[in-house]
Amino acid sequence: MPYLAVALGGGIGACLRYLISEWVGTVHGFPAATLGINLAGSFFLAWFYTITLERVAIHPHLRLGIGTGLVGAFTTFSTFTSEVWSLLAAHAYLWALLYVLLSFVGGLALAALGFFLAHWQNRLNLTDDVSEEA
Amino acid sequence: MPFLWVGIGGVVGALLRYQLSRWVSERLVVSFPLATLVINVSGSFLLGWLTRWLGVWLPSGLAPTAMLLLGTGLCGAYTTFSTFCYESVILLRERRLQTAAVYILTSLVIGLAASAIGLYGLPAGSESTH
Repeated sequence: MPYLAVALGGGIGACLRYLISEWVGTVHGFPAATLGINLAGSFFLAWFYTITLERVAIHPHLRLGIGTGLVGAFTTFSTFTSEVWSLLAAHAYLWALLYVLLSFVGGLALAALGFFLAHWQNRLNLTDDVSEEA
Repeated sequence: MPFLWVGIGGVVGALLRYQLSRWVSERLVVSFPLATLVINVSGSFLLGWLTRWLGVWLPSGLAPTAMLLLGTGLCGAYTTFSTFCYESVILLRERRLQTAAVYILTSLVIGLAASAIGLYGLPAGSESTH
């Protein structure tokens, strides 16, 4: 069952990534699609893993299918490194540097934001429960 | 049709990543996200390598389909950016700043190097010996 969940999520995640990258593609040679996909996925995964850890009851296989499968396959590291070299090969050194910085700094910042948002929501739920009991 | 190839590649790529992460975490007791690092580095090499050679080896009618299946689908889904960011944030949250810095920098530097070796081969000095 866990394999089925990862497989299903992986297939959907990869197709979503392909759909968006075909739709957005590169903007003036800049890999905007991959950047947007990786930033959105990093935010969502950190939020999703944190909120389903404590407060939101969810079947472990569903968590695995959405987290490891769907979002894991939606975001990509290999396309990112490949596109950095495409920019360097086109002598777009500043764009390559910007792409690396936006992906890493942005991805880490958004993952931290997702993590803290979920924590904040967890605390809200917790105080609600306490006040209801009292 | 392209969605079929990307989807099949995505299924295989995600399963490979899941299986390799489990295999590493069951055998090695390391408090470092080694599995994701190995996955992202090997996947970066493989995508570069496929980009370089698929068009050379396969007839021009077949190469784009193979790239959708193996490149966009398999390599794209096998490697992951979101898990990398999540693991980094957890390390930072645990105040393991040095480990986080090593993880982030090695992912970037070795990942880019692996991609370049796949795309362009090893630097000239090391393969001109024979």
